[in-house]
Amino acid sequence: MGDELIDILIVGAGPAGLTAGLYGARSGSRTVVLEEMQPGGQVATTETVENYPGFVEAVGGADLANAMAEQAKVYGAEIRGGVSVKSLGLGDDGLPLVGTTAGDIRARSCIVASGASPRKLGVPGEEKFRGRGVSYCATCDANFFRGQHVAVVGGGDTAVEEATYLAKIVERVTIIHRRDRFRADKIVQERALAKENVSVRWNSTVKSIEGEQKVTHLVLDTPEGEAKLECGGVFVFVGYIPRGEFIGDALETDGRGYIVTGAEMATSLKGYWAAGDIRSKAMRQIVSACGEGATAAFHCIRYVEEQLGTTYPGRQG
Amino acid sequence: MGENLIHATDADFEEKVEKSEGYLVVDWWAEWCGPCKMVGPVMESLAGKLDGKVTFAKVNVDDAGAAATRYGVMSIPTIMLFKDGKNVEQIVGALPEDALEKWINENAT
Repeated sequence: MGDELIDILIVGAGPAGLTAGLYGARSGSRTVVLEEMQPGGQVATTETVENYPGFVEAVGGADLANAMAEQAKVYGAEIRGGVSVKSLGLGDDGLPLVGTTAGDIRARSCIVASGASPRKLGVPGEEKFRGRGVSYCATCDANFFRGQHVAVVGGGDTAVEEATYLAKIVERVTIIHRRDRFRADKIVQERALAKENVSVRWNSTVKSIEGEQKVTHLVLDTPEGEAKLECGGVFVFVGYIPRGEFIGDALETDGRGYIVTGAEMATSLKGYWAAGDIRSKAMRQIVSACGEGATAAFHCIRYVEEQLGTTYPGRQG
Repeated sequence: MGENLIHATDADFEEKVEKSEGYLVVDWWAEWCGPCKMVGPVMESLAGKLDGKVTFAKVNVDDAGAAATRYGVMSIPTIMLFKDGKNVEQIVGALPEDALEKWINENAT
């Protein structure tokens, strides 16, 4: 492992990383995508995707993720699963040197596409009842709540979409949202609110999650004061936190841990680019992750060509 | 699938899990669960690495509903460590291989 020098090293095999892998491999560069578990990222756990261009009828999240991974591999990208990145830096040669659970890896260029993971509520009972009524994945756990009343916390696309999905499986769903209207896309909202077994507690937050062996009820803060909501489970969809625990001071990040880059995806450290949900930006969607992965790969390819002296003449700056 | 990784259902849960000796890791999963499929290959890899020290069993909750209820499995993936047939530790949610290996090594002493 110590002697290999990879042309384009990508951290994370979600849509951003896999698209970067696809573009890198097709350019003839030796392209390796490091992945902690298995390819797919957040897409893999969502039931259906309706807003990814090219699919008139919705596509399954896992199917889309698998297709992206297969496509990258078909063109020669190598995906190394079960590898966690622990540090980023530069070697003595000034090129990227990435510390991983499989040893240090040298690269001519590196794209950080480690994405994000679900944010927790941070209320009492949440940790205690994790797996015993508290869930962050509807596709994983909906089936355990057939015939029951479940709560969904959140007001964005994910919360409202997953509530609609849950409503098909459980007895009824109560969405708890701290504001008086959803942030979610209009069409997503309409679909949820049209369901007879979905109701909403507006301007409310969860104060604590209570139960014995498993969740029995929530204590809410509502405009009318404290309230008790009996339910068998609570699904939390209140945003994401960046997967940047290995970055440290190596790259400039914003106040919340997302990597700062410009439109060309370059980070503050030469040789490092970033793509997808880990970037500091307003919109986090599969399609933007893919676009950014391709853009980052484009610049890596040129950086590699500079190092090898094979830059194509007349390329635009 | 290697020899150190078995499957169990309601029909043989008692025999394969509750009557087992030594340390056994049970991976509760389902076909419709994305993160479970991510944990699958990790289990296979660890079953190979820890052969002789810990055995591994995959349990599909659709084939082991009664066992899942008995053990309070309400969220998957759930990974349980059994010692001599008793559940002594558990984790809920997918974890990368090195974190899972560390958890197993720390608890299967």
